[in-house]
Amino acid sequence: MSETAATSSKLWDLANPTRFVALVDRFVPWLALLSAIVLAAGLGLAFAAPEDYQQGITVRIMYIHVPFAWLSMMCYSIMALSSLGTLVWRHPLADVSVKSAAPIGAVFTLLALATGSIWGKPMWGTWWVWDARLTSVFVLFLMYLGIIALTRALDDPGKSARAAAIVTLVGFINIPIIKFSVDWWNTLHQPASVIRLDGPTIHSSMLWPLLICAVGFSLVFFTLHLMAMRTEIWRRRVSAMRKIAAREAGR
Amino acid sequence: MLALFLRDLRLGIRAGGGALVGVLFFLAVVAVVPFGVGPDLNLLARIGPAILWIGALLASLLGLDRLFQDDREDGTLDLLILSESRHMLALTVLVKCLAHWVAAVLPLVIASPLLGLFMNMEPLGIAATSLTLLVGTPAIAFIGAVGAAVAVALPRGGLLVSVLVLPLAIPVLIFGVSAAYGAVNDPNPFLPPFLILCALTMFFLVLGPLAAAMALKAGAD
Amino acid sequence: MRLIAEKLGGERGGEPVFDDINFQVEPGEGLIVTGANGSGKSTLLRIVAGLLPASSGAIRFEAADAEEFPSVAAASHYLGHGNAMKTALSVEENLKFWQEFHGSTHLGIDEAIEMVGLPEVASLPYGYLSTGQKRRISIAKLLVSYRPIWLLDEPTAGLDKASETQFAALMRAHLDDGGIIVAATHIPLGLEGVQHLTMTGQR
Repeated sequence: MSETAATSSKLWDLANPTRFVALVDRFVPWLALLSAIVLAAGLGLAFAAPEDYQQGITVRIMYIHVPFAWLSMMCYSIMALSSLGTLVWRHPLADVSVKSAAPIGAVFTLLALATGSIWGKPMWGTWWVWDARLTSVFVLFLMYLGIIALTRALDDPGKSARAAAIVTLVGFINIPIIKFSVDWWNTLHQPASVIRLDGPTIHSSMLWPLLICAVGFSLVFFTLHLMAMRTEIWRRRVSAMRKIAAREAGR
Repeated sequence: MLALFLRDLRLGIRAGGGALVGVLFFLAVVAVVPFGVGPDLNLLARIGPAILWIGALLASLLGLDRLFQDDREDGTLDLLILSESRHMLALTVLVKCLAHWVAAVLPLVIASPLLGLFMNMEPLGIAATSLTLLVGTPAIAFIGAVGAAVAVALPRGGLLVSVLVLPLAIPVLIFGVSAAYGAVNDPNPFLPPFLILCALTMFFLVLGPLAAAMALKAGAD
Repeated sequence: MRLIAEKLGGERGGEPVFDDINFQVEPGEGLIVTGANGSGKSTLLRIVAGLLPASSGAIRFEAADAEEFPSVAAASHYLGHGNAMKTALSVEENLKFWQEFHGSTHLGIDEAIEMVGLPEVASLPYGYLSTGQKRRISIAKLLVSYRPIWLLDEPTAGLDKASETQFAALMRAHLDDGGIIVAATHIPLGLEGVQHLTMTGQR
């Protein structure tokens, strides 16, 4: 999660959207290239990794399912941080960040749910069970959709920003619930095997491809997020210019 | 008429993500059921079609009260009524209902197979439920138009529309759910209730817009 | 073509607001309805348009071409308090819709917004416009489809002086074209040579 902190501190220096856009313009192509390389390496290693003696080929879904699930929570954490930025520091980019991260987070959550279902069908014999982990991730998905609807409910971005920030922060309760649901409740979903106090229980031949995949997808996320923020800033500029045009028409 | 359909469709999709909110409500309603009845997969599979139908019914009632309200507030409704000699008002209402259905209810129907999976329903049951929803939900929109037209002049018509429409929508619910059950439970038939559902939709397709048009004309003030 | 009111009476919410209103308007003639607030100007216009039933008397409409204009409603543009425009759509989309819905295409969209002096706003969302600009676009709606009768309820509400003059010229052109205008207003519209009807209300 150190990348999260790095990004948000960088955003903090960039109060000026114009400078932010200029920087994104310079950064994004390289970031996209880097994420493509890391992701290709990660997926390549994932296919080269040994098959699980119990799960067979289906274990390969793990290499994308786990990063999607992590990202769905990381994206929400970034949104929660940005919401703090909106409410506490009134940072002009914070609300842009929330608005543009929500659809990306929703897609990652949906992908996590979908890949999990595809994994669960042969393993558990059903597409879906209402266990604590799955349900809490589904709730996360609903919250993403709710925030998307809220940020788009009003034409004026300033008005919906604070409401969306408050909802995002309240919904943050769900993140620790998702993380610890496998420990607190007796669930069908397996317990954590990578991020544990006593070290990962997963074999290193699987751990490394998984970690590289996770980094790769995180880079994809940051690329998309920065691009979406830039688009949103542009969209707001267009809207502001059209308002000025309307004011000056017919004079 | 095509112009009206396209305009309403555009408004439904553009104005504040209305379609998204409907789907979201549908997802939320269906998602709370397992918390209420417990996560027993066999039970969920059995009540699945009913839950999907009730969820879709409630979600499709959501935006109904706005069907004519916005048009009334900005004066569009007056002009629609005045154009009666060119475009029969009942047809205008029908077109508005169809646009509402495509923008707000069709997404629910598309989302319903996914929710069927959550309910642990078998593929045949999911297909049957989605099909009955596709055929049955337009009837709810047509009945809803009557409620919306009656309540258009009321300041807080929203809840009233739901109260007026729900009892009338019960037959649709009954035949929709029994057709969906008929597809999976062997002794029960699928086709007869399904055909009755189709007939109900056709019936309300005529009756709903006619009654709504009368109510709108009477309610102009 | 002729628009005639005979002993017209109207009520609002069950209360009579006026009765015994008589007028006759011929092609090329305007009728300006004035009167205090609550004297029933809007009610009169809505009765003429056919949105409300008359409590007594009748509106008669004699058209040369009864095929095309079977009723006052069919022959009229009604400009009420609302602008009948959607804020989420662009100006052009709004006007295009009304042109297609009303039929009888008259002026082009671009030409019509040129006539009301707002050629720059075509692609902007209607919601971005100011009150006066919105009203002017609503007036442009009268121009994109042809109707011989214009029923105008406080047409100049929210307009500035220059736009009022512009609108007066548009009304004049419509009258010279053989049209009919019935306008309810409390501000002089700057229209010469028209009939006046003062509503006194029910005593």
